[in-house]
Amino acid sequence: MRKYRGVDYYALDELLSEDERLVRDTVRDFVDERVMPSIGMHFRNATFPNELVGEMAKLGLLGANLNGYECAGLNNVAYGLIMQELERGDSGIRSFASVQGGLVMYPIYEFGSEEQKKKWLPAMARGEAIGSFGLTEPDFGSNPGGMITRATKAKGGYVLNGTKRWITNASMCHVAVVWAKLDDVIRGFLVERGPKGFITNEIKGKYSLRASDTSEIILEDCFVPESALLPGSKGLSSPLKCLSAARYGIAWGAIGAALACYDEALDYSKSRVQFDRPIAGFQLVQAKLVGMLTEITKGQLLCLRLGRLKDAGKVTPQQVSLAKRNNVHEALKIARVARDILGANGVTDEYQCGRHMCNLESVYTYEGTHDIHTLVLGADITGIDAFR
Amino acid sequence: MKIVVCIKRVPDTATRIRIAPDGKSIDPSGVEYVVSPYDEIAVEKAIQLKEQLGAGEVIVVSLGPAEASKELRTCLAMGADRAILLKYAGSSFDLDPLSVAEALADAIRPIQPDLVLTGWKAADDDHAQVGQALAVLLDMPCLTFVAKLDVAGRTATVHREVEGAVEEVEASLPIVVTAQRGLAEPRYASLKGIMAAKKKSIEEKEIATRPSRLELRKLAPPPARPPGRIVGQGKDAVPALVDALMNEAKVL
Ligand SMILES: Cc1cc2nc3c(=O)[nH]c(=O)nc-3n(C[C@H](O)[C@H](O)[C@H](O)COP(=O)(O)OP(=O)(O)OC[C@H]3O[C@@H](n4cnc5c(N)ncnc54)[C@H](O)[C@@H]3O)c2cc1C
Repeated sequence: MRKYRGVDYYALDELLSEDERLVRDTVRDFVDERVMPSIGMHFRNATFPNELVGEMAKLGLLGANLNGYECAGLNNVAYGLIMQELERGDSGIRSFASVQGGLVMYPIYEFGSEEQKKKWLPAMARGEAIGSFGLTEPDFGSNPGGMITRATKAKGGYVLNGTKRWITNASMCHVAVVWAKLDDVIRGFLVERGPKGFITNEIKGKYSLRASDTSEIILEDCFVPESALLPGSKGLSSPLKCLSAARYGIAWGAIGAALACYDEALDYSKSRVQFDRPIAGFQLVQAKLVGMLTEITKGQLLCLRLGRLKDAGKVTPQQVSLAKRNNVHEALKIARVARDILGANGVTDEYQCGRHMCNLESVYTYEGTHDIHTLVLGADITGIDAFR
Repeated sequence: MKIVVCIKRVPDTATRIRIAPDGKSIDPSGVEYVVSPYDEIAVEKAIQLKEQLGAGEVIVVSLGPAEASKELRTCLAMGADRAILLKYAGSSFDLDPLSVAEALADAIRPIQPDLVLTGWKAADDDHAQVGQALAVLLDMPCLTFVAKLDVAGRTATVHREVEGAVEEVEASLPIVVTAQRGLAEPRYASLKGIMAAKKKSIEEKEIATRPSRLELRKLAPPPARPPGRIVGQGKDAVPALVDALMNEAKVL
């Protein structure tokens, strides 16, 4: 197979440090050698590549931007580059890493007690414990504040009741961060698989993120000990903070998916001959390719700046919303145009753009739908909240 | 045990090489550089030996441009302990292998290594001479094309790939070993390794190299592959195809 190179039209590599580039190149090689050969098969069979978890952990990809507890302690730009490279392979692989790092390790790191951190973070960095994040419910998606799931105080702990749906990694997780209302305040609970009343069912029949585990969690009088409560979590802002952490990685990841599609479409258009010339020689096809390149370059600039702001501790959640909203939207359009350039070949899994196109439909919806981010930004610039 | 590994920064083997207008160097635009693959195998082996012995030091040495610090950093991220960069600004084509070996030997001698490892050839110029020249200059035995290496105490046992056979050789340290494929499978640098590498030192040294006694006259791309030939269509073509494979290509 032709070696993937990435696209750097604006010499942005010059703005990266040597170790940021080294991290990126390492993950790029890993994706080429370990993800690409089997990801098409996993997508077709709707299986998650379990065999890669240990390898990703060994590389240090899980919770890579956290400090201590066996985490790599990278800056946020290097972390973003990891997400970009993983999603160049498949959004499902990136989703796994986003959930493990951004949605489970991060809240433990941020809201957890020292014992909780010591118990879970090293095991999760090593890939020995897998986590999931249960916020969404069947009837509460964009409006998670309305959740039905309840925790009630019981002797020595809490009893949880409710249903979480669309939960990434849930069927294979060892621990779930479950968000539930305790006395009407949203709190996070670390629910270990094992106790009675914690049931997971995989959601079948997805045409998107097929190489990712998406499941529902049913909590039926599920007892958890006192020590399961994340002491620092309080109110809706806690899960939203986690989402902002993971969403930052998604903004980078979307560029990876777009790059994969652009790379494939460019290569294909140079070798596919119609009317006696490569289709890349037609103005319409060139316009499509140039449009893709332009949006990729803009997205890269957005993310790099966002990452530097985050490293400086100056980023706002709205800035993250803007990047997620833009990059995923553009990536989805790029995937569709790539699919178009590949003609009939674009609809088979011999090629990757169709897989990315389907995956990105989920990415468009999860972690705040495109339109919810529009409303978040609208509220920020006008001062008028249009959705609550 | 002190292990020195000599590595070279070379264009990525997946890069399409274009010859520069001067006809004597390659066009650097769009070229990505890597640790030469056989050298990378040597680095991996050195780190494995250190890990097995539970002690020792792995020192990587490279002669090359200032940018070669990136390749040295890669080796440090894999697990080497420190690095030495012998800074040479000119084109690597302007140096003959002996002058490279002389500069490397001067840097290596004070380290007094027990083992010197390097790739059996560099992926760019294919000279396959530096390891042997280094052994002469350091007054150490040289074992080339090594596909297996074990060290016990002061004794090294190696497997050398020779025509149609494997030769097992024993030697007392110190020795120079040139790595062949199979000696080790290079690992990915882990992210923690990359972070740790930031704190490891790359010592830079200016060097005086002897002017090359070889002169590069011209670089030329390999001749274009002759076009394929269609011997026929459908099953009627089978006899002609078998004949071509047996008598022309001689692969059957
Ligand atoms: C593959 C996959 C994995 C997921 N993983 C997880 C996970 O790990 N954990 C988790 O908690 N959740 C997860 N989710 C759930 C995801 O976060 C939700 O799907 C998302 O928040 C949207 O909720 P919904 O699907 O209920 O859509 P709805 O909220 O019902 O939205 C439907 C449509 O209505 C629009 N809409 C809603 N409200 C407004 C408004 N006020 N104004 C204008 N338009 C509006 C939306 O933009 C959207 O277009 C996952 C989803 C998918 C598909």
